[in-house]
Amino acid sequence: MSESDQELDARGLNCPLPILRAKKTLNGMTAGQTLKIIATDPGSVKDFQAFATQTGNELMDSSEANGEFHFLLKKGG
Amino acid sequence: MSEKSMTIIATKGTLDWAYPPFILSSTAAALGYNVTMFFTFYGLQLLKKDLNLSVSPLGNPGMPMKMPFGPSWFKGINWNIPNLLQAGVPGFETVATSLMKKTIKNKGVASISELRDLCLEADVEMIGCQMTMDLFDMKRPELIDDISVGGAATYMERAGESDINLFI
Repeated sequence: MSESDQELDARGLNCPLPILRAKKTLNGMTAGQTLKIIATDPGSVKDFQAFATQTGNELMDSSEANGEFHFLLKKGG
Repeated sequence: MSEKSMTIIATKGTLDWAYPPFILSSTAAALGYNVTMFFTFYGLQLLKKDLNLSVSPLGNPGMPMKMPFGPSWFKGINWNIPNLLQAGVPGFETVATSLMKKTIKNKGVASISELRDLCLEADVEMIGCQMTMDLFDMKRPELIDDISVGGAATYMERAGESDINLFI
């Protein structure tokens, strides 16, 4: 996973908190910056895809390792 | 991106049914929707400053009755408690509610007040039903400050121009 401008630890949080926290963090970032999110909610895999599609933020990477889900979002313009 | 909007009518005032309206509203707001929530009848409980919501397993065969503590084999047991017993044991609902709250916390699910705050932070518009307030003799100071009070016509005005309208 590549370097990111910011990181968000959403481990242990359940729907819809990972998405809400991600949105809040993105609000404080500028277009083009990247946000790495670590979550444990399996539902977040589909949810971050849907979030990206609907908000114009790009989901650059989505992966799983040891029961944790990693996402890399690039803030849209 | 074009601005979309959603309205939800929240009609239920129990801990379990408080979740869908607040989860959908906070998520929709995060996705860029303009959200309006209209709280009517028992749903008005969700706007109280002092949130004291309960859940009742009585007459609700869909609700799993599992313990939020102990070894995993114990947590896995679904306690099939007869309605007659649930109705007859004083404090049954209180116990069920505290077990539910414990489960909610264990699973990393947000509390209702947390979700409500997130909705307000995201500028979700909340409207309390005037008629219900009159009907149940609820006073404005019992409800949180950041809401307005209105009626069916106010709701219809929002719903008429909205992409998604839900009744919960």
